[in-house]
Amino acid sequence: MTDAAAPDASPPARAAAAPGRWKRWLLIAIPYCWLLALFLAPFFIVLKISVSDTVIAQPPYEPVLDLSQGWQGIKDWWSALDLENYSALFDDELYLASYLSSLKIATISTLLTLAIAYPMAYGMARAPKSIRPTLLMAVILPFWTSLLIRVYAWIGILNPDGLLNAFLLWARVINEPLYIMNTETAVYIGIVYSYLPFMVLPLYASLEKLDETLLEAAADLGCPPWKAFWKITVPLSLPGVIAGCFLVFIPAVGEFVIPDLLGGSETLMIGKTLYNEFFLNRDWPVSSAIAVLLLLVLVVPIAIYNNIQAREIGDKA
Amino acid sequence: MAKAAQKALGPIRRSFAPWLDPSAVPLIRFENVVKRFGDFVAVDNVSIDIHQREFFALLGPSGCGKTTLMRMLAGFEAPTSGRITLAGKDLAGVPPYRRPVNMMFQSYALFPHMTVAQNIAFGLKQDNIGKAEIETRVKEMLRLVKLEAFGARKPHQLSGGQRQRVALARSLAKRPKVLLLDEPLGALDKKLREETQFELMDLQQELGLTFMIVTHDQEEAMVVADRIAVMNHGKLVQVATPGEIYEQPNCRYVADFIGDINIFDATVTGAEVGGTRLKSAEVGADFVAAGDASAVAGTEVALAIRPEKMRISTEPPPADATNVLKGEVWDIAYLGDWTTLLVKVEGSEKIVRVSRANMTRSEARPIGWDDKVFVWFAPDAGILLAA
Repeated sequence: MTDAAAPDASPPARAAAAPGRWKRWLLIAIPYCWLLALFLAPFFIVLKISVSDTVIAQPPYEPVLDLSQGWQGIKDWWSALDLENYSALFDDELYLASYLSSLKIATISTLLTLAIAYPMAYGMARAPKSIRPTLLMAVILPFWTSLLIRVYAWIGILNPDGLLNAFLLWARVINEPLYIMNTETAVYIGIVYSYLPFMVLPLYASLEKLDETLLEAAADLGCPPWKAFWKITVPLSLPGVIAGCFLVFIPAVGEFVIPDLLGGSETLMIGKTLYNEFFLNRDWPVSSAIAVLLLLVLVVPIAIYNNIQAREIGDKA
Repeated sequence: MAKAAQKALGPIRRSFAPWLDPSAVPLIRFENVVKRFGDFVAVDNVSIDIHQREFFALLGPSGCGKTTLMRMLAGFEAPTSGRITLAGKDLAGVPPYRRPVNMMFQSYALFPHMTVAQNIAFGLKQDNIGKAEIETRVKEMLRLVKLEAFGARKPHQLSGGQRQRVALARSLAKRPKVLLLDEPLGALDKKLREETQFELMDLQQELGLTFMIVTHDQEEAMVVADRIAVMNHGKLVQVATPGEIYEQPNCRYVADFIGDINIFDATVTGAEVGGTRLKSAEVGADFVAAGDASAVAGTEVALAIRPEKMRISTEPPPADATNVLKGEVWDIAYLGDWTTLLVKVEGSEKIVRVSRANMTRSEARPIGWDDKVFVWFAPDAGILLAA
């Protein structure tokens, strides 16, 4: 920076690059400050609460850091922190069951979403170029309505006296209404419905890029179309499959609205357990510990996802 | 390349002309093939016979239907009408993956997620060949295209020329009856392209295969092919050997498309022994053209003459010279091996191209800018074409 200030001391190219570099750092600093203020700081607050003890007070946990006591205040605060809430999570089977049930529901929903989204994205990518923007629009359209309202709408569809049963009874497919509402099946339907666009879009992006001459080349070399699909199309769309699966799996694990509205009391998911601890039991420290642990559980797939993305970008460069 | 020099030369190319033998059975037959895309006629009633071991070129400007014709043989397009047979079997309804032809794509179409060796093995794996056999075949192919050290690389780690070789190896690995080459050398630079042309010819001789190449590069077609089919607007214009195409074009389009040529519009004025007398109002001169003397006086014709078949001098030609034009040097293009002189014909706006081989080392040109010159050519040097 300093030698750039002396105009004749450095070559012109370097002098021009120096302010450019400064601007680049500024540009990077803005999102980082944002993340620091709005993600990292709240996370540390949650982390702090998770190692506190619950009390009936305002706020409902202690110790509270009292800086007016000076250094002694910090020492008292620090010595009162412990990991007791975490051990409580392992002592009560409810929490472990919630985590496992969440992972199971998220995994199954992700696979179901993939199974539905792949043919959709494939069809879109093979559609005539002129109607592709319309199809893409149709996938994004549900986002124009709030998720909450759309999930409520599913109650009207899945209820014993809802639209689905009314139709099936009318069509004489069934004689008695199906009890889908308040079961895990309803949760799967809700998650698959809500997260479908997050799967379709990355799949579409990778399938649309696929060079059709590769399939011609495969056919030319004696490979029938169905085999070429598995040998060429699927491997080349794998980046889209991976991106889509993570985009569905990660938020589905912590999902609260859908299991709460559609799953009833039967469905155990960590998001619901967390909500109950926080709002019904008013146990902030335990619910914070649940949140921290959930984050740790999700850090693994997020890290894998980031790693794959970074490698892909490196491959293209 | 020193390495190429050390390598034993390929077999001497002997004269090969099965198309002249009426008893020869062609390997591939296009019979009255038509292909329409909506209202557009891409291929218009084309019939060609291609013989075993022939190197056959489809030549024409882009959009002339040559690629469509090749894609119909590969099975990617179905003819609207007409028949394509291979070794006597009608190919109608046979899907591409059951045809004994392989294609080398213009874009190479290498599978980006597979290594070079996996790309080459892909076609062999479809045939349920044993693993050991596939391995030896892949090695053989890598040796053939001189890429032994690159088997484990991915296509994006190769240069353009190397990718082209992988594509070639992949299309040859199954030993197809016919290899189709769709503008195979388009992406290579000139030197590499020329080298590869000769390598393709050696390969074709060595393997005894039938090659069909689609190209818009006339020089490439002339170098590699036994016969060339010139196409225009979906129609076959002329099918002949490179020599015939160049020296005896059958119409103005072929004459103009292949190489450089001067074309004079002229009118037949009469016949003489073994030739035709012409008058060209365009350059205000009389011409004599050898050959066919059946043209009726008054017929509009065109006389075409290649630049290298004309003589040029600042001195008047000998008294018995025919087809003499007087003019002024308009421009000179020195190409090293050749010099092309553009001569403006006296009393007209016509520019005539004349080329001279530079057979001696001399920087001084015997003919310079603005020189008054005489240009003349023998009666049998010109080609009489329909106007």
